[in-house]
Amino acid sequence: MQSKMKESDPILEVENLSASTDNLPILKGVSLTVYPGEIHAIMGRNGCGKSTLSKIIAGHPSYKITNGDIKFLGENINSLEPEERSQSGIFLGFQYPIEIPGVSNLEFLRVSTNARRKFLNKEELDTFDFEELVKEKLEIVKMDHAFLSRSVNQGFSGGEKKRNEILQMALLEPKIAILDETDSGLDIDALRIVASGIKKISNAQTGIILITHYQRLLDEIKPNYVHVMSDGQIIKTGESDLALELEEKGYEWTDNFIKET
Amino acid sequence: MVNENLVKDVVKEPYKYGFVTDIETEKIEKGLSEDIIKLISKKKEEPKFLLDFRLKAFQKWQKMKEPDWAALGYNKIDYQDIIYYSAPKQKEKISSLDEVDPKLLETFDKLGIPLTEQKKLTNVAVDAVFDSVSIATTFREELAEHGVIFCSISEAVKNHADLIEKYLGTVVPASDNYFAALNSAVFSDGSFVYIPKGVTCPMDLSSYFRINSGDSGQFERTLIIAEESSSVSYLEGCTAPMFDTNTLHAAVVELIALDDASIKYSTVQNWYAGDEEGIGGIFNFVTKRGKCLGKRSKISWSQVETGSAITWKYPSCILLGEESVGEFYSVALTNNLQQADTGTKMIHIGPKTKSTIVSKGISAGNSKNSYRGLVKMGTKATGSRNYSQCDSMLIGDQASANTFPYIKSQQPNSEIEHEASTCRISEDQLFYLQSRGIEFEEAVSMMVSGFCRDVFNQLPMEFAAEADKLLALKLEGSVG
Repeated sequence: MQSKMKESDPILEVENLSASTDNLPILKGVSLTVYPGEIHAIMGRNGCGKSTLSKIIAGHPSYKITNGDIKFLGENINSLEPEERSQSGIFLGFQYPIEIPGVSNLEFLRVSTNARRKFLNKEELDTFDFEELVKEKLEIVKMDHAFLSRSVNQGFSGGEKKRNEILQMALLEPKIAILDETDSGLDIDALRIVASGIKKISNAQTGIILITHYQRLLDEIKPNYVHVMSDGQIIKTGESDLALELEEKGYEWTDNFIKET
Repeated sequence: MVNENLVKDVVKEPYKYGFVTDIETEKIEKGLSEDIIKLISKKKEEPKFLLDFRLKAFQKWQKMKEPDWAALGYNKIDYQDIIYYSAPKQKEKISSLDEVDPKLLETFDKLGIPLTEQKKLTNVAVDAVFDSVSIATTFREELAEHGVIFCSISEAVKNHADLIEKYLGTVVPASDNYFAALNSAVFSDGSFVYIPKGVTCPMDLSSYFRINSGDSGQFERTLIIAEESSSVSYLEGCTAPMFDTNTLHAAVVELIALDDASIKYSTVQNWYAGDEEGIGGIFNFVTKRGKCLGKRSKISWSQVETGSAITWKYPSCILLGEESVGEFYSVALTNNLQQADTGTKMIHIGPKTKSTIVSKGISAGNSKNSYRGLVKMGTKATGSRNYSQCDSMLIGDQASANTFPYIKSQQPNSEIEHEASTCRISEDQLFYLQSRGIEFEEAVSMMVSGFCRDVFNQLPMEFAAEADKLLALKLEGSVG
């Protein structure tokens, strides 16, 4: 698919990746390459392995890589800790952001941002400087300052949680962002805010993987490639019109591809 | 699970204060008898009333049985195998800090409690207790200008015998319990605080307890009296060297608050907890109790318990005065094979009395952490209220947490509220923080401090920072 000449090196290369949890195979040979500036969408039924793929790229300890490699900026990261992956520029936007009672959102964001800055040899920010930075980023997701003094994600509405994820992405300025169903549970206004946030943060140097069920996010952010996953494999890859076709014909249509392969 | 192992690594934090000071000490022979008690009393040149107090307590103790109701398991203590008096040898009368053995000053320096004039902490007056005796008390003159008495209890016995005779044993009588009786018989030193009427103590007062010798017990006694409309904030810190034997620490603390007086008593306890196999460590059997004698008086306990092999401790309030207030804020962290049975008793006797209990227990490793509390509303406690909140956090899958709340109400016109929760640091929470670049250890310690925040907010500023650091130290593997 990606046979055309690329001017730069890929950000992320997933090569024939198989993985399991509790000895149950979930991924069965997934390959995916993301170059700078590209937006990839991954679609597929619930349980097809989309979320697992995103968690494995981020380094979730519950999954074991049984075969294949994940390369980030040319380096194999199979054995890196999740925090090392984050610091070096991999971002996972959670489908269900986790609540952390008692830990203030502001402090969490500051520690997280400083961990990334430290990796980039940038000066770590004290509370005051960080306040300045975060104020600016809050604009992107149209969040109120009051969110910062609450505990991480605790008592946030679905939409607030997702916006908090995009706020983190804005602060961390990742090389690649994998957004796992960031659009689910959002009303139309919130979806627009989130989509425009993603567009503002990404640029020609970053790669984005959108995991989604719906066309409506892809209307806002047009992907370069659409991949369809089923039973732990990518069964079809196309351009943005594949998503439209999928919307029209449903996943049953994709079952034919499995029979073909 | 990968993370289970990581948690185990992370919670293995070496004890920083385990050094022994090599100093010549004066010890008496092992064992406990009337003669030993007379010897201690004589060494301390005590008046007769105090010797009688000790001997009576000893007689009661001999008839009592060691309590076994706590959720604790340990080998029987041989009370004849303990040295009941141990003091560093120094000149008989010390008139200034310059005459204190430099080794002792150095010891407290190393513990972060500098005592010398040049280095002493600026906003806190410190009474430093080494084994059985008080070494030095800073800022005495400054405090005296305000009429505040802050000295070792031995000095108070000599210089303020009337106050001692009037109040000693009135909150925790010698017959109260086994360990209180033992303490009453053999206590060697401790701190004494007296805040006169209408005085707000100009600085925090602090005692620092250091157990140095391995075979002697520490039995300190603290007495704090706050006269009408006075207030004081008192801090207590503790450490001990690492020995492979268990050392007994049985202290008694009595607080008395008169009309409109308030006492805030904060503890950061970091006795040596024993090693990973549970060898050694301090047995901490402590009776702490405050009496809100006066109207609108207030006694507030806050404690951060991180050390000791065994903790048996229930700082309590007797709410006698009308509209008096009792508070208990506690964080208890246990790791490896540590055991803690801690909590409070709020005894509402007077009308319109109020109490608040916030307890946070964190258990890691194979440790056992129990909250045990009693809220009692007496027949006259009309319009009284209690609120209790007991939360437990488990780290790993080998630790255990218990909550034993006892409620006794003889007063229908009073309110008792109790909330309890148990949580576990979940793999998903850790992964979430890690996936944002936060190191595993920092993630655990962030969540633990988040869990304890309600209690840390109650601690005096310097202490809150220290407590946070201490918990992080206990949980992080990176700092040696």
